[in-house]
Amino acid sequence: MLNGTEDEEKWLAEGIAGIQHNAFYMHRALDSNNLREALKYSAQMLSELRTSKLSPHKYYELYMRAFDELKRLELFFKDDSKHGVSVVDLYELVQHAGNILPRLYLLCTVGSIYIKSKEAPAKEVLKDLVEMCRGVQHPIRGLFLRSYLAQISRDKLPDIGSEYEGDADTVMDAVDFVLQNFTEMNKLWVRMQHQGPGGVREKREKERSELQDLVGKNLHVLSQIEGVDLEMYKETVLPRVLEQVVNCKDDLAQYYLMDCIIQVFPDEYHLQTLETLLGACPQLQPTVDVKTVLSRLMDRLSNYAASSADVLPEFLQVEAFSKLSNAIGKVIEAQLDMPAVGAITLYVSLLTFTLRVHPDRLDHVDQVLGACVKKLSNIPKLEDSRAMKQVVALLSAPLEKYNDIVTALTLSNYPRVMDHLDIGTNKLMAMVIIQSIMKNNSCISTADKVEVLFELIKGLIKDIDGADVDELDEEDFKEEQNSVARLIHMLYNDEPEEMLKIICIVRKHTMVGGPKRLPFTVSSLVFSALRLLRQLQGQEGDIVGEEASMTPNKNFQLLTQIIESLSAVPSPELALRLYLQCAEAANGCDIEHVAYEFFTQAFVLYEEEIADSKAQVTAIHLIIGTLQRMNVFGVENRDTLTHKATGYSARLLKKADQCRAVYACSHLFWVDDQDGIKDGERVLLCLKRALRIANAAQQMANVARGSGGPVSLFVEILNKYIYFFEKGNKQITSSAIQGLIELINTEMQSDSTNPDSVADAFLASTLRYIQFQKQKGGVMGEKFESIKL
Amino acid sequence: MNFLIGAFKPACNISITFSDGKSRKQVPMKKENGKTIMVSLFQSKESIAGKVSIEPLQGKKIEHLGVKVELLGQIEMYFDRGNFYDFTSLVRELDVPGDIYERKTYPFEFSTVEMPYETYNGANLRLRYVLKVTVSRNYGGSIVEYQDFMVRNYSPPPSINNSIKMEVGIEDCLHIEFEYNKSKYHLKDVIIGKIYFLLVRIKIKNMDLEIRRRESTGSGANTHVETETLAKFELMDGAPVRGESIPIRLFLSPYELTPTYRNINNKFSVKYYLNLVLVDEEDRRYFKQQEIAIYRQQDS
Repeated sequence: MLNGTEDEEKWLAEGIAGIQHNAFYMHRALDSNNLREALKYSAQMLSELRTSKLSPHKYYELYMRAFDELKRLELFFKDDSKHGVSVVDLYELVQHAGNILPRLYLLCTVGSIYIKSKEAPAKEVLKDLVEMCRGVQHPIRGLFLRSYLAQISRDKLPDIGSEYEGDADTVMDAVDFVLQNFTEMNKLWVRMQHQGPGGVREKREKERSELQDLVGKNLHVLSQIEGVDLEMYKETVLPRVLEQVVNCKDDLAQYYLMDCIIQVFPDEYHLQTLETLLGACPQLQPTVDVKTVLSRLMDRLSNYAASSADVLPEFLQVEAFSKLSNAIGKVIEAQLDMPAVGAITLYVSLLTFTLRVHPDRLDHVDQVLGACVKKLSNIPKLEDSRAMKQVVALLSAPLEKYNDIVTALTLSNYPRVMDHLDIGTNKLMAMVIIQSIMKNNSCISTADKVEVLFELIKGLIKDIDGADVDELDEEDFKEEQNSVARLIHMLYNDEPEEMLKIICIVRKHTMVGGPKRLPFTVSSLVFSALRLLRQLQGQEGDIVGEEASMTPNKNFQLLTQIIESLSAVPSPELALRLYLQCAEAANGCDIEHVAYEFFTQAFVLYEEEIADSKAQVTAIHLIIGTLQRMNVFGVENRDTLTHKATGYSARLLKKADQCRAVYACSHLFWVDDQDGIKDGERVLLCLKRALRIANAAQQMANVARGSGGPVSLFVEILNKYIYFFEKGNKQITSSAIQGLIELINTEMQSDSTNPDSVADAFLASTLRYIQFQKQKGGVMGEKFESIKL
Repeated sequence: MNFLIGAFKPACNISITFSDGKSRKQVPMKKENGKTIMVSLFQSKESIAGKVSIEPLQGKKIEHLGVKVELLGQIEMYFDRGNFYDFTSLVRELDVPGDIYERKTYPFEFSTVEMPYETYNGANLRLRYVLKVTVSRNYGGSIVEYQDFMVRNYSPPPSINNSIKMEVGIEDCLHIEFEYNKSKYHLKDVIIGKIYFLLVRIKIKNMDLEIRRRESTGSGANTHVETETLAKFELMDGAPVRGESIPIRLFLSPYELTPTYRNINNKFSVKYYLNLVLVDEEDRRYFKQQEIAIYRQQDS
């Protein structure tokens, strides 16, 4: 092969030398106005183009050399004062050459002058030239000869408005000429494939594609003819070009030429001739990449549609969508072995087209998806990752376009397409959908849509059979479930009835999610339900008893069930928090027994499920905090609950925790509301108990470590004292505070070995506060007056 | 004016001139020595008139037994050297026996001479017309002088001139149909035609159209045939496929053709053939030969 290229270089060099040699003598003849010699040497020069040894690329180099020389010769021919022969005679004279290739090059050269001289109608000369060129059947030589013909005739077509314009049918003549030259060139080009030894197909295809522009140029010329209006394009140009494209039965040519047609002619023409153009597609060879062709067409039309709103009626008028849709259907039908990715790519293009051209026609979108489903259902399992990507693109397109998942939810085929995705992709797509909702802040407001939506994202909602659980990435999983949780908040309707339905649907779907998902979804769901509850409460006056299903009671039952589902996880801390939330809501609704029930549940959980001491501390504080704010309970219930809470507090493991929980409990007996409970005695009891525990802690610390325990506990209790003192609890006296301060000071001093700067600072600021209150004067100042620091 | 110089010094100079020599068309003619000379052109049934002048060398007289001029139409076969066959022979006596002392001029005329055959210069024979002046002498031999002239006869366009159309081929290999627009062409004519490829199973490299001249002389066992290719005109470059049609346009004017001569005086014939030759990649030739008639048309 190496030898081959070396030889080729040699042959090219020889050819160039031959051209230069003869061109030298030709120039001499031209300078001395010797026509006979000029013809002789030009013919000899052109004989160098008769070589069969060069590849198209090298042949082109040779051709260009000859081409330049022919331009000089043309100038000479043009000036008949130099050679004294009329152009008509010259036209005959050059035909005396014995070899066909030089003869035809010369004939074309003189032909161009003949047309310019206007001694014969352009159409006659062109017709003669294009006809005579049939004599060269060698593909490469023929292509270059005809390309020369095309080159010299470009500016001499009898087009309308051209100086060579002929009679009535003048444009037709121009078109006929170009079409004929195109047809012949294409035939030659196709034939290249079948010449020479087999087995070098690839090389030949490469060589052929180097020549494709020679053929395509004709189409470009056609598109430049002024006189080719829509009518003529429709009636003559396109059918004839397509006839050639279809009949040549060559995949390379068909692909290139279809693309060429789409690129060179105006969009408006394409639109008006869609049927014809598309009709050709199923007739192409099965190996032709029709999908790219069609995609490009649709891209162009989409851009055209986007260019101006004025053209849109045209699209409707020609029913562009249904034509394209049909064509795609036929192509897919005709090309049985087209890979799935190809078919889906086509659908993606069609979808893009319809989204751009008919954004209002959702039925079109659905139709495309439906067709895609049909195609996919014939494929047992979609394993091609590229195909998968295309499906994702197909599904994402409507989301991007409408910026609104709600629109997509009305597409009945949307979920059916999703069913064909593999599990990973399905999840990915579900994420895309959720992100779209988040991004656009779109609110899904009807139960039906919610149902559809959950159908779409079911990959995230539950385990799908066959999914490989081990492969799940923990991070991804969290991310996914957090998204679902966020999504639940986007499902909202002002109508409580509808909202309830939505909640029920979400519940139905999320409940099957299994223990791993529930912790993520349940809290969203609970808060969503609570929101409904508050909303109901706001409207209570209007809809009292109207709907049985709408009562808060019912709602709370639902909530209970939802939260109970967490027991399967189990996630007692979360459940406890949710129960407390619900209890608070029930408090808001003024339903005592429900609130009590929730508290009961919370306490049960605390007793039975929460074993970890840290969790217990957190839980007890939550309970205390919630309980403190409850105002729905009667004395008895409240007593029971506070009693329980204080009991739990005192039973915490660490003394410090006990102490803090107990002094927190003091708030349960003193609610700083107008009609809140104010049981100063029990407050004092709690605080005293806290002090005892703090003391115990201190002693334990002394025993265990030989150093003082945390003084800060005392300071904290002091703060509580001050708080209740301020709030007017008669049981808290200034002397008690005084005593406590002294106690703390003693403790601090005894513990000087181990100074606790935090506690010091805490104490200092507490004392500063007392000082401040004293100085403030007024009622509060008087109160604090008795405290001596 | 041409003078033939003899092998030995002749006693006198003889010159032959045509009376309309200044206005008559002169055409080139190739002599046997390879030189081309210009000679006067006549056609059949024209009168050939002129003058013969005889000029003795300075101070010499010519004693003669009479002077005559002959108009000869001869066919000369090269393989039968020196054997002329005269198909036309006309004589005019210019002078009775006597003496010539000084330059003497004799007018002569052959009126409406039948010259049915054209001057022809072929491979194996020639047909010539010549004026021969003979000064007969008793001693020293007669003095002879020749003047060639050329005859061309024009034909009217044939009333019937069918095209030639034919389908030929080799079974399962090559089928073509060719068409030439006429069967009879004049010398400046153009052959227009087409070749249709009906079946192509061979790898054709190129296709030529040849014009061949077939000159046959003699008759019976002594027939000599000489075939000469006068034109080789490439019609097609490369391999066509089925259904392709290739145009033919061949101008005859650049080639040195003569009209077709059929059985001229039972001595010879000259016929023309179009030979369509296809050459395949292994340089095998496939051809089909078709006779065409060529005639001379009066220039308009």
